[in-house]
Amino acid sequence: MSKALRVSGQFVVIAALFAGVAAFANWPVYRQTPRGSAVVVLTFVHGADRRADCRRLTAEEIAKLPPNMRRVQDCPRGRRPVYVELDLGKDVAYRASLAPTGIAGDGPSRVYQRFVLPAGQYHVAARMRDTARSEGFDYTRQEKIALEPDQMFVIDFRAEPAGFVFR
Amino acid sequence: MIALARAILRRGFELIERPFNRLFGPALNPLAQLGALGFFFFWIVAVSGIYLFIFFNTGIERAYESVEHLTTAYWFHAGVMRSFHRYASDLLVVMVVVHLLREFAYDHYRGVRWFSWLTGLPIIWLLYTSGITGYWLVWDKLAHFVAITTSELLDWLPIFGEPIARNFIATGTLTSRFFTLMVFMHVAVPLFLLFIMWVHILRISRPKVNPPRMLAAMSLVALAGVSLWNPALSQGHADLTKAPVEVGLDWFYLPVYPLTNIWGKGAVWGFLGAFFLMLGLMPWLPPLRRAKPAQVDLAHCNGCARCADDCPYEAIRMVARTDGMPFPTQAQVNPSLCVSCGICVGACPSSTPFRRSTELRTGIDLPDRSLRMLRERVVAAASATQEAPRLLILACDHGGGAAHTGIVTLPCVAMAPPSLIDFILSRNLADGVAVAGCAESACYHRLGAAWTRQRFDRTRDPYLRTRVARERVATIWTSALEVKRFEKEVAAFRRFLATLSAAPPRPVAISAMAASAAADRPMQPSAQVES
Repeated sequence: MSKALRVSGQFVVIAALFAGVAAFANWPVYRQTPRGSAVVVLTFVHGADRRADCRRLTAEEIAKLPPNMRRVQDCPRGRRPVYVELDLGKDVAYRASLAPTGIAGDGPSRVYQRFVLPAGQYHVAARMRDTARSEGFDYTRQEKIALEPDQMFVIDFRAEPAGFVFR
Repeated sequence: MIALARAILRRGFELIERPFNRLFGPALNPLAQLGALGFFFFWIVAVSGIYLFIFFNTGIERAYESVEHLTTAYWFHAGVMRSFHRYASDLLVVMVVVHLLREFAYDHYRGVRWFSWLTGLPIIWLLYTSGITGYWLVWDKLAHFVAITTSELLDWLPIFGEPIARNFIATGTLTSRFFTLMVFMHVAVPLFLLFIMWVHILRISRPKVNPPRMLAAMSLVALAGVSLWNPALSQGHADLTKAPVEVGLDWFYLPVYPLTNIWGKGAVWGFLGAFFLMLGLMPWLPPLRRAKPAQVDLAHCNGCARCADDCPYEAIRMVARTDGMPFPTQAQVNPSLCVSCGICVGACPSSTPFRRSTELRTGIDLPDRSLRMLRERVVAAASATQEAPRLLILACDHGGGAAHTGIVTLPCVAMAPPSLIDFILSRNLADGVAVAGCAESACYHRLGAAWTRQRFDRTRDPYLRTRVARERVATIWTSALEVKRFEKEVAAFRRFLATLSAAPPRPVAISAMAASAAADRPMQPSAQVES
């Protein structure tokens, strides 16, 4: 085999390999959700009430504390879980009691959930309980929405002013 | 299970390597240059990245526009550079993955090789982190997809207080500072990657970090051609109000991302954790093979340093003389780095089987497979060979001849000092000697095939003496699976020897040997015969 022919063959092999790599650099196309569907995301970071109210310490209890750590009140750090429900259409799509984060359980509760739905009209209702109550909800919001194909619809919660945000 | 996977992979590599060797030759074979090509593509990525950074704007609103501008308005230089950056990154992944699979297939990760194997694992993570942060910077639809999926994966780990993915749920939640952070990561992580790449080759003697110029030149031209044929383009501006549900995925960097959708994030982390844990443990999984390391015999060592020079694992260093002999240095073996390949034995000028001492001793030797044992086995094999022409085969443990009977096996053919060939022929122990090593591009001990060739070509000490009839010495390079090829080459050499045996040994012209090779395709030694 002549040198020129051999080098040509070598180059053709290398070029073909590189072309294959270039082709797979953005092909085949990946579709994450079925055609004609939309994505609803429920996400928020919210701290519920403390587990217990602050308690005034007695004079004896204060006296027992080291001088540099004496305080009037004892306020438990731990927070309650946040209870949340989400209706998408007629069904309850999500229902959870979200534990507070942090080693001492004093951080905010957090959630990030994605729901893939066919595009169309939906009745959306979000409910949250973040206090000591065992029945009912502290925050609710419901709306009728129209989801476009590939739309990303976000259900967030804002503390100030407190309430759900649909966007 | 692992053994089966290795056998299948090895078979696959050997099927590919032989035609590659034929076309490229052992020196240019890309499969024998994977590490060097990896470094080469890293430098292309680095240089093209610096060039692109001149045009890149890190602002949230301007990032996409700046990339689009350089791709369209300056397509002939910055656009091509973008394609170089993208495709060289992909090729780097290909080199790393094939390199890993090949080292696994050829069992190149046990013993002292654990260090390179283990330090190769963070390279994979750093490489993927570099690539993923790069895709993020373009801030197109694919970047949006990568941002959300990466964040969701990271959010699954109980590390971050607030879900990172919340940054990408709506316009206004993302700031330019985030892009500055990403640029920093996209520069810092590759620098750290380069550092680990350096650590990766620390314990390797003569690591190949630059491919042959011809291969590098062809790669550059091919990369330029591919960049013009299929330029790297963006996939439309990221729109946070729309889910990036359909994207042209880079299957080299992002193959795990679709799995998060199919398996779930926990399963993906579990898979990655288990996979890399298994990879990390593999050097210590059975079967563990460890022969006794080489030992220096100072009475026969003159400190010539040939053994240190030839060792493929940096296991020998020259230190100040300790026995009062009039030589400045002596060889010292680091047992934790020695794989007992015996290449040092073949390099030692004291390793001559002609020695008449009661017990054959050399300057450096393998306790389990000493030069004395080798000479005894050669003599025994020669006396057992009666069929004319008498052919004696010295075969590597890892080559195609290892499983045959009646041959003398060695941990590496480079363990056989050239004087052993002289000994066999001058003592009329055989009519010819075939030295059968591993496949040329996949030498088990990295440099054994190269050193053997150079010693026989008289370009590397210790030389094959000129009095040795070179046409009576053949080299056969076959992998362990190429048994038939080995047998075919041995039969061809035997036929060739038969033609020589009629007359006393004499030099044969290259042209005559070439004609013989063309007639029955005997073997490579035909081209190595001297006139």
